Amino acid sequence: MAIRSKTFRESYYEDIKLFQTIWIRVWISLFLILLATLPLWGNPYVIYLINLSCIAVVAALGLNLLIGYTGQISLGHAAFIAIGAYTTAILSSKVGLPFWACLLASGGVTAIVGLGLGIPCLRLKGLYLAMATMSFSVVVEFVIITWDKLTGGVRGINVSKVSIFGVLLDSDNKMYYFLIGLTILTVLAIKNLVRTRVGRAFIAIRDRDIAAEVIGVNVTGYKVMAFTISSFFAGIAGAMYSYTMGYIHPEHFTLLLSVQYLAMIIVGGLGTILGSIFGAVFIVLVPELIKAIARASEVLIPALKGKYDEEWNIAAFGLLIMIFLVFEAEGLYGIWGRIKTSFKNWPFTY
Amino acid sequence: MKSGLLFFIQIFASGIAVGCLYALIALGFVLIIKATDILNFAHGEVIMISSLLCYFLMAKYHFSFLPAVLTTIVIAALLGVLTERVVLRPMLGEPIFAVVMITIGLSIFLRSMAGILFGHDNYVFPSPFPKEPIHLAGVTLSLTQIWVMICTALLVIIFFIFFKYSRMGLAMRGTANNQETALLMGISTKRVFAMVWGIAFVTAAIAGIFLANVMVVNIGLTFTAISAFPAIILGGLESIPGAIIGGLAIGVIENLTGGYLDQMIGGGVKDVTPFVVLFLILMFKPYGLFGKKEIERV
Repeated sequence: MAIRSKTFRESYYEDIKLFQTIWIRVWISLFLILLATLPLWGNPYVIYLINLSCIAVVAALGLNLLIGYTGQISLGHAAFIAIGAYTTAILSSKVGLPFWACLLASGGVTAIVGLGLGIPCLRLKGLYLAMATMSFSVVVEFVIITWDKLTGGVRGINVSKVSIFGVLLDSDNKMYYFLIGLTILTVLAIKNLVRTRVGRAFIAIRDRDIAAEVIGVNVTGYKVMAFTISSFFAGIAGAMYSYTMGYIHPEHFTLLLSVQYLAMIIVGGLGTILGSIFGAVFIVLVPELIKAIARASEVLIPALKGKYDEEWNIAAFGLLIMIFLVFEAEGLYGIWGRIKTSFKNWPFTY
Repeated sequence: MKSGLLFFIQIFASGIAVGCLYALIALGFVLIIKATDILNFAHGEVIMISSLLCYFLMAKYHFSFLPAVLTTIVIAALLGVLTERVVLRPMLGEPIFAVVMITIGLSIFLRSMAGILFGHDNYVFPSPFPKEPIHLAGVTLSLTQIWVMICTALLVIIFFIFFKYSRMGLAMRGTANNQETALLMGISTKRVFAMVWGIAFVTAAIAGIFLANVMVVNIGLTFTAISAFPAIILGGLESIPGAIIGGLAIGVIENLTGGYLDQMIGGGVKDVTPFVVLFLILMFKPYGLFGKKEIERV
């Protein structure tokens, strides 16, 4: 076999293959082995952070499908996560359904709500969806607080633990496998969706909606479909969140959470799957990073002691969104790509 | 029957007063949309910051009301110009999609900065208007409400004259119509954009100061901007008269449903009504009252 200098693709099939080269297979297998054995030797706090990242990855993938692939801005992702989370909480603790039924119900209910919201907003071009979803998240918060017979209102609601085939998932380590499994399924689902006609239609709408319409893509239909699918995954992420936390409260799902998800996909890279994963993990780690910096600076400058505030995390999300959009529009994925190419082409520059 | 009619007029009048506030907020949004095609998601933060700023100037630094208002307005205008220069200028020529997201980033950044600077407490604004209500033919209105109406009307007239007769106003309309042609005609679009952001932030500051008079001053004031979305959409996104009429209409509808339905269903209907209206508009009259339906030829 000839030496590969760049990527040579000889057919369309090769271009959309799930695993482009044998090396990707190898690396992914190694990574999966690492993930599978992590609870055996990893720090419990690391496991907890990975659990949070898994939830974030699922929701961020859903949002990236809508924003990154289809080019429609939604500011109501937190509201959809809330709907999913509350569906699971109510069905598991009040009705006592098993976990798989709760998961499907969460995804389903959220997708139906998304469909209902998407149809009026997505017929039009422009920012109507952004405005409508922002308002929608206010309404959802209001409904959750007011309908306290069902949702527990401001007192919050407890969620029963998951039990799979009689095994009760009562620790972070056990939850870990459950969450990782769901995350891998989601990644595969989205990756495959993007490779199909539907995924290409989404990208066509993002890049040139009129041209897409001309070549026979039903623009409104596909936009609504993207929004519904994105809501579905938000619902699944909500269910995962419910199960992981064991207790949910309307305060967990404010507009700030939506912006946090926006930060994830912008920082990670719009319209890329690997980017969503990078971004989700990165944003989950940002508060830890800031706490570490705050602690370090307290040691250096005693005057800063006790100045650490949750607000700094939020400011960091806003700042990250702006910085990445201005200086690195491709996000962490772009940086990763550049590093990879420079290694691949070494000792040549490009 | 007589009292029923009076009740209606009373609710209607206070609805107009609330609507004036919505109209002021919507005006700020529409100015920016009209000139630059950007929906500024950081508008609510400007409202919140200016009301907090005005409060602190009066409570902490013992400004009297008018100097505090003027200082706030000047700072808001500077903030607007600065925002345009630092945040929006680098995004010139980028897709609108990215520019809008940058305003979302900006909004969250400003909100947390306000949280750090001003704290999360609730403040009561030392209102300069006397508390006693005024009775006009059986309708009771507070002085604040009357001042809101007067100021909104004045601002609308000023804007009308500004856009119609002044050179800068003409330049702004030209830029809104077609940026490239405006450039060819020797209009400095950069200066126009900076001006637009400055003016929009000033309207936000005025709205913020009036809101401070009728509401508790805290970080949560940002959400008032979200309730102006229905007004903008009803007005058709880029029409200034649309924003005013949309704002008034939403204010009246909100108060009417609050006045009549709250007794039947229970509290809170008032807060959700604008959003229900928003969805209804999107369903049945998506381009609003004054919006033009864009026809694209390929």
